[in-house]
Amino acid sequence: MHATENTGARYAMAIDLDKCTGCGACMVACAVENNVAVPPPAAAANRGLTWMAVHRTDNGQEWPAHRPVFIPIPCQQCEHAPCIHVCPVTAVQLDESTGIVGQVPARCMGCRYCMAACPYHARYFNYFDPTWPEGLEETLNPDVAPRMRGVAEKCNFCHGRLDRARERAAAEGRPADEVVAYVPACVEACPHGAITFGDSRDPASPMAQLARDPRAFRLLEALGTGPKVTYLSADPAVRRVGLSRLDMVRGATAVTADGAEGA
Amino acid sequence: MTHDDDGLRPRLEIITATTDPNARSRSRRIAGALFVVLGLATGLAAGWLALPALLYGRQEQPLPFNHLVHVEAASMSCEACHIFAVDGSFRGIPATAGCVDCHAEQQGATEAERILVEEYIATGREIPWLVYARQPDNVYFSHAPHVRRAGLECRRCHGDRGTSTGTPPYEVNRITGYSHALWGPRIQGGGPNEWDSMKMSDCVDCHAASGVQDHCLMCHK
Repeated sequence: MHATENTGARYAMAIDLDKCTGCGACMVACAVENNVAVPPPAAAANRGLTWMAVHRTDNGQEWPAHRPVFIPIPCQQCEHAPCIHVCPVTAVQLDESTGIVGQVPARCMGCRYCMAACPYHARYFNYFDPTWPEGLEETLNPDVAPRMRGVAEKCNFCHGRLDRARERAAAEGRPADEVVAYVPACVEACPHGAITFGDSRDPASPMAQLARDPRAFRLLEALGTGPKVTYLSADPAVRRVGLSRLDMVRGATAVTADGAEGA
Repeated sequence: MTHDDDGLRPRLEIITATTDPNARSRSRRIAGALFVVLGLATGLAAGWLALPALLYGRQEQPLPFNHLVHVEAASMSCEACHIFAVDGSFRGIPATAGCVDCHAEQQGATEAERILVEEYIATGREIPWLVYARQPDNVYFSHAPHVRRAGLECRRCHGDRGTSTGTPPYEVNRITGYSHALWGPRIQGGGPNEWDSMKMSDCVDCHAASGVQDHCLMCHK
């Protein structure tokens, strides 16, 4: 165990699948916040980038018991992340002070080992240099650098927003080791309040309570990756999919940001 | 060393068949030495003088600016123009609106003053200053933790800007597009003063010396 095991924050997320309707607002908010470019129109469907991907499956029942299930999957920010261990150029790091797994595009050499290693398929590759439709580049977020062709990227719990929150804390004279509170874009955008975010080490945080919720589980928990995204569902069928049958989700169609359904 | 000591001399005489073998080999050695010395000098001059001159393009600032006049004659403080916003963001380059109080009418008869008043103040346009300290896109830097929390002085990174009387040309690396001020005046980077460069190693050295944790995403976005 690390010496810094109990210092700093462990930012964590909880997604209530019983509340998620699959509207995709989180995906759009994420793409806008993090300058995720739209792939060229002729690109294959699996070459797009979605740091937050809403996957669709169902509970396996025939009508009338049939129910679609939407599983939003951002990077799970694993405490023991496979992508960190396989990266040959140390382009991925676990931040001991926040628990966020950071990807540094300038270091990435594009081997995509991390994408193969990630059991959640939460990593994406830039097959193209980013381009934005005429005029839309005016809306780019200055707190997030666009990535170049040939590097992998993924969700980092909106680190640009964390930077802004830290800046404000410094300006207000708060100490450097104080854990700052902030809200990622997907959490802010969700119209159903299905996503909760906070410091899981803070006993007063809703995250600490949600982690003890009987409905709580983590995706492919048995792998031992230690994800920091908790999912909640009262449906045993949904929990089974998330715990051990994520292949059902991968094979299902994903709702893409433009509303179309891709493979 | 002479060929007199050389056991090969008799054979060399036969091969070269010259009337004065000593003079000929001496001139050849001088030519060889000249070739090496001149070649080295040319190569070094190209690498140390011509290449840096070619590497950096020079751009003039839109207007000359005199810090000293503003600080002394107009007795303004640094914070009058370079201010922190409430959210902690730092306004390094002041807006034209801040110039209006004094420069609503021309302060003197210079051409630059006429341009300032007619083209920027009267129209409300912002002056497109070229920022010497602008960092690459993937660098995240905030003044608030450095100035407010760590208490660093401006000159620690920027040097004595407050007493400067002019605006040197903005030099930009033609390959990377970065400001020369980030790399520093020396060819190998840096300079005699600690504020002469703003490279990643400068940030890392100071962070390490002051015990600030340096995770990648602390300074990269």
